[in-house]
Amino acid sequence: MIVGGLDIAILLASLMVGAVPILLAALGETVVERSGVLNLGVEGMMIIGAVTGFIAAVTLENAVAGFIAGALCGAAFSLIFAALTQVFQANQVATGLALTLFGIGVSSLAGQGYNGIKPPVTGAVPLGLLRDIPFLGPMLFRHDWVVYFSLFMVFATWFVLNRTRAGLIIRAVGENHEAAHALGYKVNRIRLLCILFGGAMAGMGGAYVSLVRVPQWTDNMTNGVGWIALAIVVFASWRPGRVLFGAWLFGGLMVLGPNLQAAGYAIPVEYLSMAPYVITIIVLVIMSSGRGRSLGAPASLGQNFHASR
Amino acid sequence: MQRRNLLATAAFGLGLALSGGSAMAQGLEKVKACFIYVGPIGDGGWTYQHHQGALALTEAYGDKVEIAWQESVPEGADAERAITQFALDGCNIIFTTSFGFMDATNAVAAQFPDIKFEHATGFKRDQPNVSTYDARFYEGRAVMGTIAGHMTKSNKIGYIGSYPIPEVIQGINASFIHAKKVNPDVTMSVVWAYTWFDPAKEADAAKALIDQGVDVILQHTDSTAPLAEAQKVEGVIGFGQASDMAAYKPSPRVSAIIDNWAPYYVKRVGALLDGTYEQSAAWEGIAGGEVEIGEITDAVPADVKAAAEKMRDDIAAGTYHPFTGPLNKQDGSAWLAEGEVADDGALATMNFYVEGITGEIPK
Repeated sequence: MIVGGLDIAILLASLMVGAVPILLAALGETVVERSGVLNLGVEGMMIIGAVTGFIAAVTLENAVAGFIAGALCGAAFSLIFAALTQVFQANQVATGLALTLFGIGVSSLAGQGYNGIKPPVTGAVPLGLLRDIPFLGPMLFRHDWVVYFSLFMVFATWFVLNRTRAGLIIRAVGENHEAAHALGYKVNRIRLLCILFGGAMAGMGGAYVSLVRVPQWTDNMTNGVGWIALAIVVFASWRPGRVLFGAWLFGGLMVLGPNLQAAGYAIPVEYLSMAPYVITIIVLVIMSSGRGRSLGAPASLGQNFHASR
Repeated sequence: MQRRNLLATAAFGLGLALSGGSAMAQGLEKVKACFIYVGPIGDGGWTYQHHQGALALTEAYGDKVEIAWQESVPEGADAERAITQFALDGCNIIFTTSFGFMDATNAVAAQFPDIKFEHATGFKRDQPNVSTYDARFYEGRAVMGTIAGHMTKSNKIGYIGSYPIPEVIQGINASFIHAKKVNPDVTMSVVWAYTWFDPAKEADAAKALIDQGVDVILQHTDSTAPLAEAQKVEGVIGFGQASDMAAYKPSPRVSAIIDNWAPYYVKRVGALLDGTYEQSAAWEGIAGGEVEIGEITDAVPADVKAAAEKMRDDIAAGTYHPFTGPLNKQDGSAWLAEGEVADDGALATMNFYVEGITGEIPK
């Protein structure tokens, strides 16, 4: 199907691939924020995942090992945030920002000597005949495993948050940590686990940038994707299903720019480059205008908990 | 400044002593050559090649040359700070290796008249101590365009542009003219990345072109990301840019335009050492050895390879100029008459597409 010189199936396929890093990171952050923690260090955890995933994949000559390493190191890096905010009760906003700045610096140091190297290839999952279905084949069935994993994680996150006891506890901690504490839940321990999950997802999203999307290592290569992921969580009212929608919208805007140019449309590049950020601002303004509570923000978001009783 | 004069005087004195009083040119005994890079040395392309040129200096002159460099200096205001830093650090000659450093180079040069400045790919020599040097990349593009025209099956070739400046537009036009010459059905799509080095953006641009059915990609950006993207799709080829990018041989990288800056750097620093240095505007091409054509791999049929090599040799011999008439501008108006050759002035300010390229050059 070709509309206006653009093959829609291929465009949608690129969009799905382009959205993976945002989607993974935003899903992780959704869980973190649902537990009442605001971690602004997504960008930092992503870049750490990108560099460590790349180094592991190149050293071990195995792309899957790279993703695992990216997730592990992202989680380990988020431990810094967890220790500062959950143990030492530091301000979450300041700590998160510091985490991002620190992550960018450390990754640049760790990545010395890894510029211009080719990582092992992450190929498409062989889905046999499904590949050849008209329209749906090129759009849905020619992706690498991480794309399908990220979609599965949308479902898994939704299921755990909304249909399991663990999810209920996480939400309880995020809505009213005093009440959750009174019920006997270890608020800070639960939050720590959520932060680790968020770090792992962001790290894996970062590894996807350095191992599949680009694929090579350069300084600061996540280039603001972590911030978009943060915006999407708000945009999606902290719901996994809407996070998927948001990630595709933003991923779509990012791939649409070069595609329109390649198809010969004379659209100024600047407008397309700023479109995701302009939409973020518009969405935030609309969503925060008057409605307030109906946004669905966890009531204890950003507040530290100290068990005084 | 003081130190330089002191050294120069010392060298002069030494020269007098050694040559028994006969006059010698006032060269420097030791040169500190400094380089401002727009990307990281590990980009595997543009900056990597400049750094190879810098390393050639120490090889050629040993202890008489000290080199220093700064990587990933952004074009714009921060460049002036980086260049000034070098000027204060005792550099004798500073090479600024990207088009966007042009104004910053001239501004700093005005403040340090005793230091030599060399700006790559620019055209402003506002101060007597600013020289410019460039390479005729469009000659290499003509060879790549020939290969592209032969190799494309979809008759669509793509070009990843960095910024809409004359150097890039020369490359687009030269590629298209020579692809069209061997394959009249060829069309070209241009995607502007607005960066010299951003692997993520370059990969996105390459992916978009491939999605649009392009099967030959030419890039005017510095990283290997477009080749990595081409490698993911069967039947898509590309070319090494600025450096050989041999890691992607034999396909998707079927050939390359290699910038060889070493001879120029060795010559200029040598002139500073022996005192014959003068302001200049260098623009060498295949003949001068600054532009080299990387090995054409076996992914290219023998007859295409032969055609490309003939083009290279004809340009080197001076019997063929890539911009030879009849050529029309994009709007159909005449540019070069039959047999007429574009002069350097017209090339250095080129701001239009030739006939047959669709799309507009962003303003």
